[in-house]
Amino acid sequence: MAVCIAVIAKENYPLYIRCVPVQNELKFHYTVHTSLDVVEEKISSAGKSIGDQRELYLGLLYPTEDYKVYGFVTNTKVKFVIVVDSSNTSLRDNEIRSMFRKLHNSFTDVMCNPFHIPGDTIKSKAFDSIVSGMMVQAG
Amino acid sequence: IVNVKYKNVPLVTGAGDQTLFTSFLTSLAQQLPREPMEWRRMYGRAPKMIHLEANFVQFKEELLPKKGNKALLTFPFLHIYWTDCCDTETYKTSVKEDMMRWQNSLRAHGSVDWVIVVVESNDSKKKNKANILPRSSILDKIRSDFCNKQNDRCVVLLDPLKESSRSQDSWNSMLLKLRTLLLMSFTKNLGRFEDDMRTLREKRTQPGWSFCEYFMVQEELAFVFEMLQQFEDALVQYDELDALFTQYVLNFGAGDAANWLGSFCAPVRNWGGLLLRRPIDMEKRDLIQRGEANLLDLRSYLFSRQCTLLIFLQRPWEVTHRALELLHNCVQELRLLEVSVLDGALDCWVFLSCLEVLHRIEGCCDPAQLAANSTHTVGLWVYAIEKLKSLGDLCGLMSEKGPTSEDLNRTVDLLAGLGDERPETVNSLQSPYKKLKEALSSVEAFERHYLELSHAALETYQTIGRLRSARLIGKSLAEFYMRKGDPEQAEPFLKEALKSYVSEGWSLPVTHTRKQVAECQKLLGRTDAYLQTSALLAGDVNLTTAERQHFCQEILNFPGKSGDKSNIVTLSMDNLTHLSRINFHPATASVHSGAALEVELILQCLMPMPVRIQQLAASIYFALEQVGTNGRSKAAQRQTSGGTVEFPRRSSSAAPPSSAPYVSLELEEIHDRSPTDNSLNSTGVVCKNTHLVIRRHDSSSPADTPSNLSPAAVTMKEGAQMLKVHDVTLQPGTNSIMFTAPCGQPGVYMLRQLYASVGHVQFVLPHIYPSVQYEVYSQEPQLTVEPLSEPLLAGLPQTVKFTVLMGHYSLKKGDALQFSNTETMPILPSSSCTAHIRNPAFSCLTSLTRLVLVGESVLSIQSSEKVTSISLPLTPPYHTLEFKLEVLCVIPSGSDQPNNERLTNGEVRHRPLIYWFHVDKLAVTSSACPQMSIDCPWSIYSTLLALTFYVPFKTKHSLLSAGNRSYIQVCVQNVSDINFKLADMKLSEKQHNTSGARCLCKAPSKHSVFCLWEVRWKDNLPSCLQCVFSTDFSPLNQDVSLFKLFHHQFQLERVTTLYSVRAEILPPAGEQHCRCGLLCKLEVFIKRLSEPAEGEMAEESKTDLDGLKTTKLMYQVADSNSNWAVCGKSSGLVSMPVATGSSQKMQIEVMPLFAGHLPYPRIKVLKYLPHTAGVFNQPDPDSCMENDSLSLLDDQVDTASIRSRGSVHSVGSSDHQQKGIAMPRLDSFGPGEVFNHSHMQQVLVLPATDDHIMEVNAT
Repeated sequence: MAVCIAVIAKENYPLYIRCVPVQNELKFHYTVHTSLDVVEEKISSAGKSIGDQRELYLGLLYPTEDYKVYGFVTNTKVKFVIVVDSSNTSLRDNEIRSMFRKLHNSFTDVMCNPFHIPGDTIKSKAFDSIVSGMMVQAG
Repeated sequence: IVNVKYKNVPLVTGAGDQTLFTSFLTSLAQQLPREPMEWRRMYGRAPKMIHLEANFVQFKEELLPKKGNKALLTFPFLHIYWTDCCDTETYKTSVKEDMMRWQNSLRAHGSVDWVIVVVESNDSKKKNKANILPRSSILDKIRSDFCNKQNDRCVVLLDPLKESSRSQDSWNSMLLKLRTLLLMSFTKNLGRFEDDMRTLREKRTQPGWSFCEYFMVQEELAFVFEMLQQFEDALVQYDELDALFTQYVLNFGAGDAANWLGSFCAPVRNWGGLLLRRPIDMEKRDLIQRGEANLLDLRSYLFSRQCTLLIFLQRPWEVTHRALELLHNCVQELRLLEVSVLDGALDCWVFLSCLEVLHRIEGCCDPAQLAANSTHTVGLWVYAIEKLKSLGDLCGLMSEKGPTSEDLNRTVDLLAGLGDERPETVNSLQSPYKKLKEALSSVEAFERHYLELSHAALETYQTIGRLRSARLIGKSLAEFYMRKGDPEQAEPFLKEALKSYVSEGWSLPVTHTRKQVAECQKLLGRTDAYLQTSALLAGDVNLTTAERQHFCQEILNFPGKSGDKSNIVTLSMDNLTHLSRINFHPATASVHSGAALEVELILQCLMPMPVRIQQLAASIYFALEQVGTNGRSKAAQRQTSGGTVEFPRRSSSAAPPSSAPYVSLELEEIHDRSPTDNSLNSTGVVCKNTHLVIRRHDSSSPADTPSNLSPAAVTMKEGAQMLKVHDVTLQPGTNSIMFTAPCGQPGVYMLRQLYASVGHVQFVLPHIYPSVQYEVYSQEPQLTVEPLSEPLLAGLPQTVKFTVLMGHYSLKKGDALQFSNTETMPILPSSSCTAHIRNPAFSCLTSLTRLVLVGESVLSIQSSEKVTSISLPLTPPYHTLEFKLEVLCVIPSGSDQPNNERLTNGEVRHRPLIYWFHVDKLAVTSSACPQMSIDCPWSIYSTLLALTFYVPFKTKHSLLSAGNRSYIQVCVQNVSDINFKLADMKLSEKQHNTSGARCLCKAPSKHSVFCLWEVRWKDNLPSCLQCVFSTDFSPLNQDVSLFKLFHHQFQLERVTTLYSVRAEILPPAGEQHCRCGLLCKLEVFIKRLSEPAEGEMAEESKTDLDGLKTTKLMYQVADSNSNWAVCGKSSGLVSMPVATGSSQKMQIEVMPLFAGHLPYPRIKVLKYLPHTAGVFNQPDPDSCMENDSLSLLDDQVDTASIRSRGSVHSVGSSDHQQKGIAMPRLDSFGPGEVFNHSHMQQVLVLPATDDHIMEVNAT
């Protein structure tokens, strides 16, 4: 399961970021922020190809020794980043995809909330619980 | 054991005539690969075109593989037997035997891939001329002897030494045959091999199965594919091995450990890194074969093979990707398998491996290609730096003091594990091995290598546009510099990184980096910048309270450190506190000059502890704007209501920058009206602050640079007006600070800037936005008069409220209001006239201004003939004076007015104050607006006062007659909302005696009272009566003594009854009743009742025929309800003698159309006025027509015909023609002049004779 899940706005500021363990939060922030480089690279290279249906899932953004960083970008250029522990070998591409799909659905629900101001950071219990379900249980 | 020679080609053996074989050897080896062959493969793999190469060797028994030897590389794929025998005898004696032996040895080894080549030349033929046999016979013999079913196993080669096309053809067909057979052999043998291999793999769950053994088998296949130049297939074999191994490692992690894996868990003793310069690393391969390889050995070997194949396939970038993956993977796998590794050994291995891969790639690509694909290599560079850094950490090369002896020992251990340098790189100066060794040898060398690598990676990241990654590298460089005690170098990197994090709104990195920046700035002694950063950090919620307090203390302690007192550091207010709201008391933010206005600032202090502020001030910009007397300028009205201005939360460093421009739209409605008639052309909504809303947001501008405070903006102007408080303490969180605003001069006061000084640090908010302003106005005194109750009634004393808004004027002694008296509206003197003086006071509780009574005084009213003067009490400015007066509006008397109106028609109205409204003929509603001018002590101009009074009653009068008698009815309707009682209602004739009735009755609101008088006259009645109706009235609940008089004047004309009309319907002869459908007689009697009046005589008696005065009357019988059909004449003229009692009788035939009690047909009597002679003097071309219509009228009058309602209409239409000058006129009588006796009388009409027979049959 994921160790860090982040939602990043079109303008590249974090809308939501959650990490376990919390002690590594800063490190994950740096990791996720840096991964935006690759996200942008992938988006711009995907934009060149004339794919009628744009693939939202960006795949593995970059691996580090300890973590694998996966990316996903919605049609409105909101980015989802999931960081997975490298030692967690049971996670396949399909599982990552389905995590992103779940995240995307929940994010869409948040956006549909008329009381949510687009561009604000996400403060939603439903979204929290979806994210928690995908995170490594702390402890 | 596999031949080490790299270039492997499949073996093909040659047996039989060796001289023949060797003579063809070179050309065969050359020409066999010349043409590609399609290789169809098993298992549905895609067919491939391949060029076959072969190594032709002499056939030897030893070459044939022994049982169980699975080696493929040394496997002879095809065996050829060469012979040029053309002699049957020779064949029989030697060649056949030799062939048999060859065949037997092949069969013994299970090899079926052979071919016999029979070379025929003309020479050989010639040689054996004596024993001529058809050449085919040898071939046939061989075929029958050896190739019983496989004829294709015997090939004839014709005259190979000749250049003839025949020989060429046979050569080519032989080559083709060889290729085909070779391929068949490949397919068969490889297929068998693969099957064996698969069987072996399936046994992997059995105990004793060894991965290394299997590895060797599959690698054999890979080698063959490589030999056949099928690198793709070869790579697949290695990838399969890779995957298999990985799976076992994962299974181990899952608790399912295979026995053979034990050898791979051996401690790592050598960390020399990958070796990619050799095609096959035989040392490692030997280790694997012996089962002595550890994980790193296996991985290294596998990768070196994969790398070699990928480079053959020209996919160098895949190498880099796989390398990175491999290195990460190895680290994970070693962890997973719990292999004991010396600390730092893996770092060495990874570092060396990274560099080795990069060198290998550099070796096979040109620099341009490398530069274009740095995306693929940068990951390896960065990984190498990371590892070098951790090595540096480990070996004490990064610390300021240099490595300790413990560090040195560790370094020695690590270096020992590297082993000796590989022979391939011994001579190169820049080998990874040398680099690492050098870097670990001394602090300086390490530093040099580290910086070199880091800067290179930084630049690479920048060129490929991965700026965030570049900044992260820069940041770690900065950390390195800081450790080295070189903040100068570190600062730009940190600032760059900070800028990036701030602009993208990543709060945690911002906080972390800012802390580093603070440290750096402190070391560099950049006081201003450091204080600024400290202020930001002190307000940063991501930090712990202790940290924040530390930074806050840094600011507070600053003056103590600074010796120079004049040095004042200016910082942005945003760091200290956030201005969240400004409240005004009173809420209107608009006061008269001299009044008290309080401004409350709500500040959100961001500091973690209370901060004592020596002075908090807001500078004010004063504009002498003209403010309206009673209120507020346009600008002020735009301001937020409730006296509160909210300041949206500006982005703190943590908040996303994009949400920072919280500019709310200022929308305003516009109407475009036509200048001529003020009609609406268009309307719309305009945004008044588009320049703010649609402003381009500069993403690069940092939010918190202190430099954006220009020095000019922060200088406080001396002498300027200011809101100021001294010595306040801001608590963390919400603070409320009250200012008393200066309100001297009228105008607009705008709050511009906010300053807070803490010791020698000054915090400035350079621009308060949205703009905040308050107004001070000066008000002119104003007098308003309004009725206490609505509507005001005329005729009754009514109370009117006078309100004086004092404004800036203060009432002095002797000030009085002077009323000019009017007759219609006197001011009633009242003893209890009190004035109330009120003061507008602001209530904090309700945020509303409310008037508070501050004083009372009795007014003295002095009336003279023309002027009523009311002396006003002393009142201070901006107070309100109120008093009430009773006024009475005299009811304008009745019916004179319409006459007057009529008389003065076209002239300027002399009495414009009275309005009469003609609602209908009889009903009249009236109101009065008497005007009064008032002189006020504060103004030289008079104020005109106009009040509208309504008359409470509406009167109607009518004349009724019955026979000779006449009656006058007066109806009084109470139109007001008040219930009245009426008394002493009288009707009087003006010149003559009165008759009246004194009675008391109630006239409730909206009700009417009817009075009826009979008119009796002793002498002849005058034709015109001037009547006055009068009544006393008073509100029902008041005393009788307060009765007021109400008049109604009216005039009645032609009161006398002149004629009586009596009609009678006679049933037809012999009938007792009228019957439906039968003609009846209508008899009409008209009787003169009175002597003619003078006017009548003069007007009508001209038609004097036979000395007797007569007047002509016209009668009409009309039935509006279609009950009657008038048969024959319906109208006619009668001459009436003008004498009392004279009468006329007419008979008209009518027919009832219905049965029942039918009302009589209406009989109308009209005055018939013949045209006067004077009108004939103008011959008119239309007169004919008019005569026609006249004759038509006559015709109508004379013709006896059944009249329908249409005819009545045509008579009615003759009414219009009366207007024609030459026409005789019909004039109607006044309401009381004709009395109809048969009005509303009814007659019984029986149904017509019953012709209808109803048959009733009873059965």
